[in-house]
Amino acid sequence: MKLLASIALALLQARRKQSLIAAIGVTFGITMFIALLGFMTGLNKMLDGLILNRTPHVRIYKEVTVNPNQPISQWLRSTNNYHFIESVKASNSRVEILKSNEILSSLSKDNRILGYSRKLSSPAFFNLGSIDIAGFLNGIDVEEEVKYYKFKDYVTSGKPIDIKNVPNSIILGKPLAEKLLAEIGDNIQITTSMGDRFQLKVVGYYQSGIADFDKTQSFTSIATTQKILGKGPDYLTDIQVKLKDILLAPTIAGEYQKKFNTNAIDIQRANAQFETGTKVRNIISYAVGITLLIVAGFGIYNILNMMIYEKMDTIAILKATGFSGNDVKLVFIIISLTIGIVGCIAGLLFGFLFTFFISTIPFNTDALPTIKTYPVSYNPFFYFIAFCFSLITTFLAGWFPANKASKIDPVEIIRGK
Amino acid sequence: MSTNVLKAINITKHFYDPIDVKVLDNVNIDVNRGEFVSLVGKSGCGKSTLLYILSTMDRVYEGQLFIDNELMSSKNGADLAHVRNEKIGFVFQFHYLLNEFSVLKNVMLPALKLNRFSPEEIEHRAIQKLELLGINKLALRNAGQISGGEKQRVAIARALINDPLIIMGDEPTGNLDLRNSQIVFDTFKQLAEEFNQTLLIVTHDLGFAEKTHRIVEMEDGKIIRS
Ligand SMILES: Nc1ncnc2c1ncn2[C@@H]1O[C@H](COP(=O)(O)OP(=O)(O)OP(=O)(O)O)[C@@H](O)[C@H]1O
Ligand SMILES: [Mg+2]
Repeated sequence: MKLLASIALALLQARRKQSLIAAIGVTFGITMFIALLGFMTGLNKMLDGLILNRTPHVRIYKEVTVNPNQPISQWLRSTNNYHFIESVKASNSRVEILKSNEILSSLSKDNRILGYSRKLSSPAFFNLGSIDIAGFLNGIDVEEEVKYYKFKDYVTSGKPIDIKNVPNSIILGKPLAEKLLAEIGDNIQITTSMGDRFQLKVVGYYQSGIADFDKTQSFTSIATTQKILGKGPDYLTDIQVKLKDILLAPTIAGEYQKKFNTNAIDIQRANAQFETGTKVRNIISYAVGITLLIVAGFGIYNILNMMIYEKMDTIAILKATGFSGNDVKLVFIIISLTIGIVGCIAGLLFGFLFTFFISTIPFNTDALPTIKTYPVSYNPFFYFIAFCFSLITTFLAGWFPANKASKIDPVEIIRGK
Repeated sequence: MSTNVLKAINITKHFYDPIDVKVLDNVNIDVNRGEFVSLVGKSGCGKSTLLYILSTMDRVYEGQLFIDNELMSSKNGADLAHVRNEKIGFVFQFHYLLNEFSVLKNVMLPALKLNRFSPEEIEHRAIQKLELLGINKLALRNAGQISGGEKQRVAIARALINDPLIIMGDEPTGNLDLRNSQIVFDTFKQLAEEFNQTLLIVTHDLGFAEKTHRIVEMEDGKIIRS
């Protein structure tokens, strides 16, 4: 094997230029493959992040529903008749999660969970002179929210922690703040749905990139919201769970729904569409990358065919002196793999550099306040796939010429002189 | 001293392209250990064809071929390659060295393939063979940078490297001038005399043939003298 490798190397050296060009073909293919996938995936991740960062893997909440035990159905139970009358409305249903403490303590014991954040949402009116702007007040635990939902990335001015540290403070969605003419440090007034009024100090702006959403949102600490609503410290409307494995979300959501006797929705159900775009972009990247590699494969095929044609004498003499057809085949496969591997390693390197270069190009958009340059991904999986695929292509590109070489009849060559 | 090295029984060979031609017709030949045999005959009588069959490179023929008392026709390609590697040394009319390698590496290659000795040992032996042929000073030259006569001697050294049972040559002096032919012939003679090397050499040169132990003569695909 070592001997065959040294023969392969000698043949390669004799055809240095062509071998180099063939290797550059592979390098080019791999570079493009890596850069393209890195770039596409970076964009995908960013776009997914818009949803994923804000969407809990499993959201536990309480849906306002009509009581399923209507009096009329009690009365009709013994008969087979169907009733059309519904009279008891949902007036007394509550929006908070019952026994939230018990749920939280059971969640912290579940080791499939990365963490959770508590939330308390309530509609509210922001008062601008005599006009009221409808919106939402979100009581959040800043630390949890920063840790699991990248809250910090979306607070474009001010410090998120201030809503915890400064009493009666609020972070407003940027467009909402602009509408209210509220600068940081100003006081604004809100009215709850019960009609209570409250003064809050603006400590920051929030910008998620989705303007319609930002127009209506505001954030305070959980305690502040509870105080505004006049509720106790257990009063929560949402528990947002982040899982270690997002794929388990549907199972776990179903489980919680039963276990806690409340509602739970998983991210896959909440955002069914977001995966489609990702898939299409991935398919495009792989298709382009693989096409480039196949083209590179033809380059190798060509150089090997040429080499075999030129090295007929060498092949004949190797066979005459005791190298078998298989040995000859191996020599040419080694040549092809060497070209492939060298080209591939260079390609991986250049691909990495190219990806890095893309990541330094400025990319500013209002919708994405946290992003200053093009997003890229350095997922090692792409490098692995590129490596495997270039090995397969070069092996196949080498296989056919090598097979031809192994079948060369030395008698014909020696006689033909 | 009559151990059989090579035995061919009723070898018949046809070429079908363009028309059916019987190139070899029931050829029988025996070579014993230590014999220096020359194979002569008019151009086109089938000498090369016979030699390619005897050397196991051509596998399409009728009849039986024994090398070292083993039947060759029952072996597959890889086994035959091994037989060539171990038991047969070749010298062709055209030198057929590998220009990608040095002279020394050219001589070493068949031994590296055989893998009987360590690479250091093989190198040592290769230098010995080059010394025997008086060309050890060329060892590190590239195979493409030496003269035709020198190339042919390198080819002989290569044929010798595995101490083969028999050396076969197809007009090894056919492409050389008188002086170089003489050197090559003397080398063969020395191998036969001093090292008891078995040789089967195809030649046109009757002067050459007369100095060998035995002459086998062919005509129209048949042996007419042996
Ligand atoms: N591949 C082939 N197809 C058809 N006929 C062939 C083929 N190879 C050789 N022949 C014919 O076979 C006959 C024997 O050829 P061979 O090369 O064995 O002769 P030779 O005795 O070595 O001649 P020379 O002394 O010129 O080398 C010739 O008539 C040649 O034309
Ligand atoms: Mg001939």
